[in-house]
Amino acid sequence: MKNLQRIFIYTFLSLAAIVSIFPFLWMLVSITNKSVDVTQGRLLPGTHLIENMKTLFATVDIVPALINSGIIAVITTILTLLLASLAGYGFEIHRSRGKDIVFTILLLSMMIPFAAIMVPLYRMFGSISDTAPLIGIDSLGAVILPTATTAFFIFFFRQNTKMFPKDLVEAGRIDGLSELGVFFRIYMPTMKTTYAAAAIISFMNSWNNYLWPLVILQSPEKRTIPLLISNLGSSYSPDYGVIMSAIVIATLPTALVFFLMQKHFVAGMMGSVKG
Amino acid sequence: MSQQASKKAEVDLPVHYKYQETRRQKTGVFFRRKIGWLFVIVSIIAITIFNFYPMVQAFLLSFQSGMGANLEYVGFNNWQRLFGDPTFIAALTNTSIYLLIQVPLMIVLALFFSVLLNDPKLKFKGFFRIAIFLPCVTSLVAYSVVFKYLFGIDGIINQFLLNFGFISQTINFLADPFWAKVVIILAITWRWTGYNMIFYLAALQNVDKSIYEAARIDGANAFQQFFQITVPMLKPIILFTSITSTIGTLQIFDEIVNITNGGPGNATISISQYIYNLSFEYTPDFGYASTVSYVIVILVVILSIIQFRVAGEKK
Repeated sequence: MKNLQRIFIYTFLSLAAIVSIFPFLWMLVSITNKSVDVTQGRLLPGTHLIENMKTLFATVDIVPALINSGIIAVITTILTLLLASLAGYGFEIHRSRGKDIVFTILLLSMMIPFAAIMVPLYRMFGSISDTAPLIGIDSLGAVILPTATTAFFIFFFRQNTKMFPKDLVEAGRIDGLSELGVFFRIYMPTMKTTYAAAAIISFMNSWNNYLWPLVILQSPEKRTIPLLISNLGSSYSPDYGVIMSAIVIATLPTALVFFLMQKHFVAGMMGSVKG
Repeated sequence: MSQQASKKAEVDLPVHYKYQETRRQKTGVFFRRKIGWLFVIVSIIAITIFNFYPMVQAFLLSFQSGMGANLEYVGFNNWQRLFGDPTFIAALTNTSIYLLIQVPLMIVLALFFSVLLNDPKLKFKGFFRIAIFLPCVTSLVAYSVVFKYLFGIDGIINQFLLNFGFISQTINFLADPFWAKVVIILAITWRWTGYNMIFYLAALQNVDKSIYEAARIDGANAFQQFFQITVPMLKPIILFTSITSTIGTLQIFDEIVNITNGGPGNATISISQYIYNLSFEYTPDFGYASTVSYVIVILVVILSIIQFRVAGEKK
């Protein structure tokens, strides 16, 4: 009976692991094969990897897309970390009844579906396109702005600030630091792991964001990686080897971030619900 | 139960005490109270501009109609139009199907995995955990395209099923209204189960092992332990994950667009995709699109309230 249970558990978990990993294996095998081999269901590594990469870089504008996505993700992450940590710190350390009420209202914005505000946002950025083209329609700035401040990250930093030793704030004040000085000189260095976790989540969200860039970006040279892959995926005569190469390249940054910072990643996810 | 209550009081007291103390300290220093607002003001303004203000705009737009920028108020016309709009009804039905099947399926699976992986005697635990979590590193668009090819008519799934004799001829999964929905549900479940599992695993680590010990001595079997200890203990986190999953699935867009593009016909179209199409694919009708988008808002609010009620939490 006990043994049977063991066998069942291991079989079940192994099946789950295979189902989870299989698409990745298939992707990795496909980038080494010709498109024809991929459609014939070849599951063995081939010799076409370099060929596929060459075709990809020659026929698809993947480099500009990587650069666009990189710029957007990095700026979004920096802005998010700065603004959300300032706010999370402010709401927790400089706590007051008024701020608690405002905080609750801000949290409500997490329930707003993006599809509901997409059209007004589009019109808003459209109306400033002429006066401020850097943040108008079809600009990277317009992609960044609405995604750089979200209540989620404020909540995240506030939750983590609960564990920040408040005595340090007093100590800093006694040492003559200004309120902002306390934040930048004491809080920021102490909360490194929280920043790391938030950076990972923010970077991944931004790197993978699809709907808003799809709405606001128009010219092909401004395309981000998800827009490019979506475009490749909907072509009528797909070259599977090449498309899979693009997908693997697009997935590499987030996969690397995950494997290098696994602990922070899980800690970050949990930090968002603790408390 | 009483033990739990006293534990709670112990935790609550110091926090409350600290709160009082910091407030007392602050009332003395008027300047410090004002500077506190400086820390939060940029975020408040940004969220107001990019979230709340558009919400109000969308509400006003939902009573307007017209093409592109030529909008005029039409009262409740848009809202009446919803009920006679077959595409909207298809989108609402499809989204509800995804929600009702996918969210419970995923949460049960994730709970199940986390309980199995929480067994201290289990071998290869790290491997299983990473494997099941791995789908979360992919972008929604990337995995959607991969799934589209996996389930294509000449895709590997069809070949696998054929070779092993499960089917006698290939199934055109993505061109069949039923199978297309199945593929979408499978895809979302593949992507998000591990994500939810991590939450449960972490929560399970905080559950006192001696409770299970005691239950075993009392003769409770694995199922009883699961339903009478694990589920009640994880209730807050289950509530959290079901609300986030519900909000996520209600807004589903990336997968639909990149796996089936709403087809065949409108068999897989979601509400978000319909809003996108109304605004940017067809002749733009921002007014009606906003009306449709408010349906998602209303659903999110109603479902969140229901889930809070069902969970019976006083939070």
